[in-house]
Amino acid sequence: MQHLRQLEDQSVYILREAYKHFDNLGMLWSMGKDSTVLLWLARKAFFGHVPFPLLHVDTSYKIPAMIEYRDRVAREWGLKLVVGQNKEALAAGMNHTLGRVTCCTALKTNGLKQLIEQKGYTGIILGVRADEEGTRAKERYFSPRDKHGDWDFRDQPPELWDQFKTTFPPGTHIRIHPLLDWTEINIWEYIKYENIPFIDLYLDKGDGTRYRSLGCAPCTTPIKSTAKSVDDIIEELRHTTVAERSGRAQDEGRGMELLRKDGYM
Amino acid sequence: MDNQTQKPSDNLNIVIVGHVDHGKSTLLGRLYADTGSLPDGKLEKVQAICRQQGKEFEYAFLFDAFLEEQEQGITIDTARTFFGWKGRYYIIIDAPGHKEFLKNMISGAARAEGALLLIDALEGVKEQSKKHGYLLSLLGVRQFAVVVNKMDLVGYRQDVFDGIEKEYREFLGQFKAVPQQIIPVSAKLGDNIANRSEQMPWYSGPTVLDALSAFRKEPGRSEQPLRLPIQDVYKFDARRIITGRVTAGRVKVGDSLVFSPSNKRATVKSIEAFNIDPPPTEGQAGQSVGVTLDEQIFVERGEVASHQDALPLVSTAFRANVFWLGRKPLERGRRYQLRVATKEVDCEVATIHRIIDTMDLAQQQGSNVVNKNQVAELTIRTKTPMAFDLSASFESTGRFVLVDEYDIAGGGIVTELVHDDQEFLREEARQRDFAWVKGQVGVEDRAQQYGHRAAIVLVTGGRHTGKSFLARTIEARLVADGRHAYLLDGENLRRGLDADLSQGERGQAAEMARRYGEVARLLVDTGLIVVSTTNPFGMAYVEAAQVIRTLVHPVPVIAVHMSKTPEEAPPNTDIVLSGPTDFDTATRRILEELKRRGVLAQAIGAKPIFQYSI
Repeated sequence: MQHLRQLEDQSVYILREAYKHFDNLGMLWSMGKDSTVLLWLARKAFFGHVPFPLLHVDTSYKIPAMIEYRDRVAREWGLKLVVGQNKEALAAGMNHTLGRVTCCTALKTNGLKQLIEQKGYTGIILGVRADEEGTRAKERYFSPRDKHGDWDFRDQPPELWDQFKTTFPPGTHIRIHPLLDWTEINIWEYIKYENIPFIDLYLDKGDGTRYRSLGCAPCTTPIKSTAKSVDDIIEELRHTTVAERSGRAQDEGRGMELLRKDGYM
Repeated sequence: MDNQTQKPSDNLNIVIVGHVDHGKSTLLGRLYADTGSLPDGKLEKVQAICRQQGKEFEYAFLFDAFLEEQEQGITIDTARTFFGWKGRYYIIIDAPGHKEFLKNMISGAARAEGALLLIDALEGVKEQSKKHGYLLSLLGVRQFAVVVNKMDLVGYRQDVFDGIEKEYREFLGQFKAVPQQIIPVSAKLGDNIANRSEQMPWYSGPTVLDALSAFRKEPGRSEQPLRLPIQDVYKFDARRIITGRVTAGRVKVGDSLVFSPSNKRATVKSIEAFNIDPPPTEGQAGQSVGVTLDEQIFVERGEVASHQDALPLVSTAFRANVFWLGRKPLERGRRYQLRVATKEVDCEVATIHRIIDTMDLAQQQGSNVVNKNQVAELTIRTKTPMAFDLSASFESTGRFVLVDEYDIAGGGIVTELVHDDQEFLREEARQRDFAWVKGQVGVEDRAQQYGHRAAIVLVTGGRHTGKSFLARTIEARLVADGRHAYLLDGENLRRGLDADLSQGERGQAAEMARRYGEVARLLVDTGLIVVSTTNPFGMAYVEAAQVIRTLVHPVPVIAVHMSKTPEEAPPNTDIVLSGPTDFDTATRRILEELKRRGVLAQAIGAKPIFQYSI
């Protein structure tokens, strides 16, 4: 498990750099496997404590079991939970049938931007991984966003050795990505190794399907799988050639590129 | 084709560099396809896009995830992709070769454990081939293979390959870089990538994938002497945990540590960890650790913990090789932030010795600026002393970045220590601190008892500027507030401690300042706030103030400069008072500065206050 320790050491280093340099820090938690591992790494970095709030951008379309899991874990681990929601857009009837990119932009990207603006966060920690899809492969560990939350992927600051971009002009913020080097298998290996409690939507409960990636209920479909344990999942991933996010509708076409330029997570 | 059936857990970071259009993306596409690492549907998706745009499919397209990039035909930024081969996962940092994007190549290569450097057989060794080869060496990437691509376009001729090999080896030899392999390939047709080429029977070396398999994980830095740069100090609960990443060597419970440059010492009481049972007793190179100490000493981010028998260097100056990526040129005399491991300190470039042309390694002298994408030999001076190493001995503490305004704008490696004028005094202080006999009452005990830390308020300036009056006012005010303060007046040393000095020695400030500094050092060890002036040193106050600073280091020095008319204050002055002095305002500003520096206790907020370390 040497390779997991190496990944952990780098992520912990990044989390501690973030905590040292940003006064107003928040960590996005979607209750999925990646951000739950990220949360666990924060507890590693800060010796059982999580010294910043966990942010959840609630689209109102999440699978109900996720919300139940969120509230239970937050209670048990003594987390400070901040839930944001684009209430205006929801009141105006926003939903995925109006277009997936439109809906994601309104409820997630704009919901996140509203939350950042309301609370004045200068650093947002996210659990994105480079191997998930093409645009995330281009990310830095510390990635600046301009006043509108936009990402200029063409002109990113250099990131050398363990030195990151921790200074930034007023009005802008930094996205921090401690999980960039992790792969999907690493995430599950680590969940197993550390015995991290995770949401059971990732397991087959008898109907021969499970979720491989979690998002909003209408836009996320389960995959065919009989994996009933973490071991089963790891074994399955070692042999699959199907993309992780194949069940995520937003990845179709140029969806993710357009979304992420505008500040999607 | 050897198909990958199982995804391994071991991994290695690889960067692919070389001149623009020499075939990096094609090589990458080929590696991904030939190892069977493509997700289902990826190939078909890219082929469909090609059909849509009426283009012939190329392997390179697989990795140009952004459509915009495909339109432009160059990879824009460092991208990471993955493929598995013979029990190892390769994380490929695809570094673009276009001239404008050198900073991305450097970002990619700085993270790599091994590299492939591509040269086009038809075009031969070009500008970027040389620049990238030189930068790999400067960035510390020691494992690399040179891949001579597009051999199909030169009819697979051995003499073409031999010519390129000879020319490039000679270039690399100038800075003592030696490639692991030089491999003739055609990425487009798959020669010598996964499979041995039938077109080049004259080549008997490894394929590209064989060469990658031969790359080793970084050799253990754990056997080196300990370097643990402090990242932060936490007090979330009863434990006061000092955190950092071990960059070399090992730290164990019971180890006696020295922190540089403060020279403080303590013993490791425990190594703290979350969800590890039983708790670890040791941490080694690469690990992010947390330790508690047997004694509550005040140490802060940027100090380097080591063992006493192998200390890091401490100075305010060093010589370095630097590559510059900033939008604005690097200028001599301009202020930058220097970061070595976790230390952040203001610095300036004292001398630009020469600019190195990475094309032919020619040297150009007499320049006052270093332009974007240039490499230069510099002497850098820092505002305060810091701990570091030579890059040849220690990788992590021997390299640094320079921050211009908000961005990292350059990086480099330390090649030489530059001696500064405080060197002998600093060594005196270091030896004295190591041998210091402590009583039962520690510095932190006294701070707790007194409600403040020790410090020195040092008032500098010319004659008749009101220094003594201000010093007396400050002492009185502090004591009235319940602080423990004492006025150290140099005149009181003159007829006692300095009575043995000759007239000549009195004329020079050096020895008097040294004695004054040592007395101040004793007084601050008693926990006092010492208020003093540079009166006895006349106009030599700048030199004297520096000597005092060196000897009382790391106790906070609040430097106040007084003058009748505006003038340049000595370096590192905190408060400048020029013109007629309003002593009430001056006193208030000094008290505020004492609070800001954490000398006087202040309310503890949501985050633990580390400036004040009780």
